[in-house]
Amino acid sequence: MREQLEQIKNNALAALEASDTPAALEEIRVKLLGKKGELTAVLKQMGRLSPEERPAMGQLANNVRAEIEAKLEQRKAAIHASVLEAKLAAEAIDVTIPGEAIPVGHQHPMNQVLQQIKDLFVGLGYQVVDGPEVELADYNFTRLNIEEGHPSRDRSDTFYFTDDDSVLLRTQTSPMQIRFMETHKPPFCMLAPGRVFRKDEADATHSPMFHQIEGLVVDEHITMGDLKGALTTVMRNIYGEDSVMRFRPHHFPFTEPSCEMDMQCHKCHGTGEIDGQVCSTCHGEGWIELLGAGMVHPKVLENCGIDPEKYSGFAFGMGLERMAMGRMKINDLRLIFDNDVRFLNQF
Amino acid sequence: MKLNRKWLNEEFVDLSNVSDKEFVETLTVFGQKVETYERMDAEIKNVVVGKVVSMVRHPNSDHMWICQVDVGQEAPVQIVTGAQNVQEGDLVPAALHNSWLPGGVHITKGKLRGELSNGMLCSFAELGLTQNDLPGAYADGIWILNDEDCQIGQDINLVIGNDDTVVDFEITNNRPDCYSIIGLAREAAAAFGKPMRHHEPVVKGSYAGDIYDYLDVEVPATALCNRYSSRMVANVKIGPSPKWLRQRLRANGVRPINNIVDITNYVMLEYGQPMHAFDYRYVSSGKIVVREAQEGETLTTLDGNVRNLKAGMLVIADENRPIGLAGIMGGENSEIMDDTTMVVFESANFNGTSIRQTALALGMRTEASGKFEKSLDPMMTIPAVQRACELVELLQCGDVLGGTIDVINYVPEPRTLPLECDKINRLLGTEISKEDMVKYLTLLEIPVEGDTIYVPSFRPDLLRMADIAEEVGRSYGYNNIPTTAFKTSTQGGYTPEMKLEAKAGTLCRGLGYSEIITYSFTSPTVFDQIRLPADSPLRNALRIQNPLGEDTSVMRTIALPSMLEILSRNNAYHNKSAKLYEVAKIYLPVEGQPLPEEPKMLLLGTYGANETFFTLKGEVEAIFAGLRLKKASYTALKDNPSYHPGRCARITVDGMDVGVMGQVHPLVAKNYGIDTEVYCAEINFTKLLSCQLPDATYTPLPKYPTVSRDLALICDEAVTVAQAEEVITAAAGKLLRDVKLFDIYRGTGVPEGKKSMAFSLELRADDRTLTDADSESVVTKILAALKEKLDASLR
Repeated sequence: MREQLEQIKNNALAALEASDTPAALEEIRVKLLGKKGELTAVLKQMGRLSPEERPAMGQLANNVRAEIEAKLEQRKAAIHASVLEAKLAAEAIDVTIPGEAIPVGHQHPMNQVLQQIKDLFVGLGYQVVDGPEVELADYNFTRLNIEEGHPSRDRSDTFYFTDDDSVLLRTQTSPMQIRFMETHKPPFCMLAPGRVFRKDEADATHSPMFHQIEGLVVDEHITMGDLKGALTTVMRNIYGEDSVMRFRPHHFPFTEPSCEMDMQCHKCHGTGEIDGQVCSTCHGEGWIELLGAGMVHPKVLENCGIDPEKYSGFAFGMGLERMAMGRMKINDLRLIFDNDVRFLNQF
Repeated sequence: MKLNRKWLNEEFVDLSNVSDKEFVETLTVFGQKVETYERMDAEIKNVVVGKVVSMVRHPNSDHMWICQVDVGQEAPVQIVTGAQNVQEGDLVPAALHNSWLPGGVHITKGKLRGELSNGMLCSFAELGLTQNDLPGAYADGIWILNDEDCQIGQDINLVIGNDDTVVDFEITNNRPDCYSIIGLAREAAAAFGKPMRHHEPVVKGSYAGDIYDYLDVEVPATALCNRYSSRMVANVKIGPSPKWLRQRLRANGVRPINNIVDITNYVMLEYGQPMHAFDYRYVSSGKIVVREAQEGETLTTLDGNVRNLKAGMLVIADENRPIGLAGIMGGENSEIMDDTTMVVFESANFNGTSIRQTALALGMRTEASGKFEKSLDPMMTIPAVQRACELVELLQCGDVLGGTIDVINYVPEPRTLPLECDKINRLLGTEISKEDMVKYLTLLEIPVEGDTIYVPSFRPDLLRMADIAEEVGRSYGYNNIPTTAFKTSTQGGYTPEMKLEAKAGTLCRGLGYSEIITYSFTSPTVFDQIRLPADSPLRNALRIQNPLGEDTSVMRTIALPSMLEILSRNNAYHNKSAKLYEVAKIYLPVEGQPLPEEPKMLLLGTYGANETFFTLKGEVEAIFAGLRLKKASYTALKDNPSYHPGRCARITVDGMDVGVMGQVHPLVAKNYGIDTEVYCAEINFTKLLSCQLPDATYTPLPKYPTVSRDLALICDEAVTVAQAEEVITAAAGKLLRDVKLFDIYRGTGVPEGKKSMAFSLELRADDRTLTDADSESVVTKILAALKEKLDASLR
């Protein structure tokens, strides 16, 4: 009987090892371990053994069964793995075939730059506002301290709707200063981006419609140092922490003192030339003009019912097109309004 | 405004030890921004004064000469010339081997008909000069330098006066005083902390006669002429100006003409006060009248053009006729001629706006009008006319008459301001001492005594503390003001509309739409292009009175044309497809109000292979869902002339019309040159703000299973999906949770004129699992209603 069991075991292990399909395995299982299986048949003979022999033989028989079952499980797992492997191999695809074309839209490059700037100012506590583009001359000029007869009021510069020049297309976002101050009490920080219009024929650097971003801060004790600090922070955030900035006196009717802010050209580092050639980024100036700014003119504060003895503030304005063109190396302003999808899809 | 540095150094403040770069940067950060600067000798290199020591005929030419030229080197150099005006012993400009002339002309040695030439002898034109610069020089040959103050071997740039730098400043509107050499010198001196030299003109007035005996000035146009000052010169000898004066004019881009005209131009540069000289012979009856022109009067100006004058334009007239266009250009009829013997100098102050408008109307902006339009200092007329007379005496070109005619209508009152150091420091954020402030102002020639600032007449821009703060600030240096962070604490943010707009943009891009930016103004012809009826209120658009052109002359009242124009352009660029969006303002006039309403429209526009009405509708629905808007209804719109009558829907929310979408009418597409199907949606974005659902709160997820039932119905073609859905929803009661169309079928098994619509229903109760009987009863109710209302039955 011992030999018989050994025989069954050895045959079974060899047969299992040789099987390579789940069906073959099942066949062997039934043949050995089934009700009419070989091992079962042997075990049925246990009754004939002497009581002394029975435990040892019983033990042996159980071991043989356990060994066969273990081998069966092992082979089963191995065969399943190889079947899966074969299936996966058959399902392999060329992953370099392009994905299904899902069109993705692009934000206009200029609005991408605008969004970044707006988010930045909102984080600094600025309230973003919008206002009319068809505007009263009173807001666009008079209350901003731009007198009658000022050249910017000429019909060669400004679009008008009425004979008396009282209604126009705003030439700047600065009227939003007035509109905001009329309806808000200091302290406040305001940002007003928007369309502005000037009578310029469209060419590579001009457009009759373009965009400005106006900013205004009014509180007690706001200083020119604060103006410098606020604008330096924002511009360094946009152009890089190591950007070199300078402020230079300028003139705007609605600010006093007034200034313009320049950034040292990052291409030529302020030298104005690269390898003996005029730097194409700053046109040899060494500096790139970023924006105009200044302390809100006391007369403008008065025009809005804010006491200039108590309050002071600063205002700034920047051209969005120039900024976007500089950032994205767009060399012709007309591309901005042409809206060719081959252009838009680049951003 | 140009400034040549040599003039500045020689007459006002010596900054010759300051490099060009430092000069330019210092003035720029001081507030006088330099636009460009250029060395005058940049174009001419390696051209020297040579002496022709010998010359022989060229053996192979009948007109060329072989010259041996002493150029200050060990041995003379051989240069071949074709000019015939050179003699042995003459001093001439010699461009040596490897030299450069204006216009990028490069001279190298070479052989001319077999004879070596180590360069070229130059005419003055080849050196960039004109007969006006060199009145006595011979024009048709080599420039002979025998009468010039020069030495052999000397750089020709020194002889020409090119050892100079011309700096071009951008002058801001508030500083008309800086449109002058003196004004810029004042700034330069202050920027470098040096005092400036002043010169008080002195006139001897040697002529034994008085201006009052010859001239009478009347100024009836009091509002347009603040001041009219005049002096006269007799025994005038017209001739060329001396070299120093010509060189200064040339450096500043003014063409020398003759001594009298040059003097007026020189004074204009130096003082910023435009002047004019009349030939007294042609001032009829010795009377000058400064008056407004009469409509229809004409004047031939110095440039030879006949000007048709309009009422209100300011003219200088004699007793009978205009002899000059005030502040702009003189008349040909009183021009200084070679035989002029008696001259009237005009040094006047005109109303800036009037001059600017006249110059603009006549299209003749001149150097003089450009200065006048900035509103000049009326106190400058006398020093300027004095300076002109002084120069006449210096140049010995005439005898100045005694007396000055000076008609004054307006001069500013002298103004004082308190020096408020604390306020200035508080505005700037600085701690500048009073002593330093006084020092800065004094350098700018703004006198301070104690705490009182005496504002000079040339600084009309200084009206209050803030103006003084700017002077102090820029003198201290804007870049030296400490950078600080203000303490104001405010809440930043966007308006609800901006938030919704940002969200809509994100959704559109997610659906494949790219953003465009279009002009707010458009052509009035677009109304016809989109087939808008003649009586459409949208044709009532704001018209720009002075547009750039008809194409940009009206403010759009509808944004569809802007979108179509861009789609059309992309189609013309052969872009196979385009999906575009814009949140665009339209401008709707409001009766009785000066300003229009400016609502925003969300425009979607698309063309390309897979675009259909239903892709666009699906996208619109997705955008509405993403924006959390209330449910929108879509109803057929057959009479919008811009759209396909069978493929257009009106979009309404809560009964409010919020937009229209559909296939653009083929005729409209054709008007835009597009021969493919174009789909657009125009949604009133501003109205969507009120269509938002309230903020979301959690609804418990269903506890009991959902039962699905599908119904395939047969009904008339005319029955719409919306009608069927409405009947189903109304009949089903509250167990129906959703109804969706999943198929429409026509063909075998469905009679002609009928169609089959298949809907999938979802039924559910919140408190129990539905039984078959429950759902069966709902379906029965639905079918009964469909039969009754739409004559639809199960297929």
